Amino acid sequence: MTLDLVIQQLVNGLIVGSFYALIALGYSMVFGVIKLLNFAHGDIYMSGAFVGLIVFSFVGVWVGNGWAGVVCALLVSMLAVGLLGVVIERFAYRPMRNAPRLSILITALGASMVLNGTALALTGGRHFAFSTDLGFAGLDVSAVHITYTQIVLVAASILLMAGMQAFVSRTMYGKAMRAVSIDMGASRLMGIDVDRVIALTFFMGSALAAGGGVMAGAYYGSVHFFMGFIMGLKAFTAAVIGGIGSVPGAMLGGLLLGLLEAYGSSLPFVGSEWRDVFVFGALILFLVFKPTGLLGRSVVERV
Amino acid sequence: MPAAAQPPLVRRSHLLPALAALGCALVLPHFANAYVTEVATTALLYVVLCLGLNIVVGYAGLLDLGYAAFFAVGAYTTGILTSEFGFNFWLTIPVAMAAACLAGVIIGAPTLRLRSDYLAIVTLGFGEIVRIIARNLDITGGASGLVGIERPEILGFKLMQVQHFYYAFLTLALLAVFVCLSVERSRMGRAWFYVRYDEDAAAGIGINRVSAKLQAYMMGAVIASVAGCLYAAKMTAISPESFTFNQSLLILLGVVLGGMGRIPGVVLGAILVALLPEVLRGAGTYRPLVTAVALLAIMLFRPNGLWPDKRG
Repeated sequence: MTLDLVIQQLVNGLIVGSFYALIALGYSMVFGVIKLLNFAHGDIYMSGAFVGLIVFSFVGVWVGNGWAGVVCALLVSMLAVGLLGVVIERFAYRPMRNAPRLSILITALGASMVLNGTALALTGGRHFAFSTDLGFAGLDVSAVHITYTQIVLVAASILLMAGMQAFVSRTMYGKAMRAVSIDMGASRLMGIDVDRVIALTFFMGSALAAGGGVMAGAYYGSVHFFMGFIMGLKAFTAAVIGGIGSVPGAMLGGLLLGLLEAYGSSLPFVGSEWRDVFVFGALILFLVFKPTGLLGRSVVERV
Repeated sequence: MPAAAQPPLVRRSHLLPALAALGCALVLPHFANAYVTEVATTALLYVVLCLGLNIVVGYAGLLDLGYAAFFAVGAYTTGILTSEFGFNFWLTIPVAMAAACLAGVIIGAPTLRLRSDYLAIVTLGFGEIVRIIARNLDITGGASGLVGIERPEILGFKLMQVQHFYYAFLTLALLAVFVCLSVERSRMGRAWFYVRYDEDAAAGIGINRVSAKLQAYMMGAVIASVAGCLYAAKMTAISPESFTFNQSLLILLGVVLGGMGRIPGVVLGAILVALLPEVLRGAGTYRPLVTAVALLAIMLFRPNGLWPDKRG
């Protein structure tokens, strides 16, 4: 590998990684509060991309296919899909809160399949073009080309994550969230409206996933009903690498996973199909040797 | 424990319905046309797979989302050994069982110490890894899969027609029921029940949780691999698309639908799952949605399935 290629892959890895980090953050937040793997998270991401596409094609008439359109799509999609997350929590997860663990996991799986199946039924499984006219203009640093789209998307991801970190660490609701994640029963005794905190967490987690979905749609130029499945797995992997339940951990895990993929798929004799094998391999290795992740506290119960 | 203290394998009140069901199953191909026999054969395949997964999910309480991977291990072992190396079909079964055991230990041993959610996601990843490997290796025939898998022969009689495979799968299903009935009331089966009910208490009474879970996981893997061997022989051609995440989900749906941990329930669930594509033939792209809503509705309104286990 030449140095240029190494640097180009570094850039690619960081860009993809910032998407992963964004999705992983939502995963981590929801997991932190209700200790449940939200299988539907990947499909919420996919829903976000579709809602974004619909909004984009409507507002495109007035504001054009440039940045204004993408930002509109991003904001509307985050709001709408955030509410969708709250609805899912209310109808699929809340009734199961005291049910056996296995039932809750299967319910989460069912919620994921319902979103996925709805998207398949509505779209017929077709790929939809998300064609923006953001173009390929950008910066050239020696031989490495970085488009403005990439820069803006990474900046938007960082902004969203920083906002989330500030919210969780500074505000009263953030404090309540952290309290609920430590002990739900005690939080209730302290007068915290646990149901509301959980609903808020779902709203924020889902909105982040939707943001990631719209960005990915605009970046790759296409949206598909199955895009959430693999993303859900990767986001979970990123969350595990960084330490599930930790906000900075999710970001670090996402970036590392992006780099692993970028370098992994540029190895000789390794096709891009094998990329996913690296991801799951990393997941299994981390769970075996360092289940708390790189930045996680020991929230993982070893039972 | 003295033998007299053991409850009978099948309770007397269950004996008559069970025998009646078996009788119907035995004579079915003589009355049904090829289409019905084909669907019934698929149903029996799902009965075997669901009973196998039921050991993992229903008895030991471990959510395995990559169960189709073990089914694939069996199918590909038979496919590769018979078509590339000229093995006799029957000799591939023990090899497949050993391979599934090994795969089960590789995935299960490190992850079964973790919480059940982690196992769920790891098995999901494992299922994908197996599918990607099958798609990308030469020996597995890549994306187009393997063709020309040899049909099995028994005492000079070659299994050819759908009726033959119907009886082969029926035999396998009965074997699986027998294995489940025996392990359910064995020392191991009781250990699984305690582990599922309360892990900490189970550890307190001296059950080795990790090894109990690993045994369940391996036993489920072996049953799926044998089903895979016979499936490969029946189809004579296999491709990675038969072993997707959706396949794992469908098997799980069968287990959940009928009632986790209860053999008649699981058999019923498996049959319903096999009939589902036939009933929903006209639904087209709505089929996954209908399946999903069914799964969700059962979990929310009948969490113990249509025919639940009264033991709790």
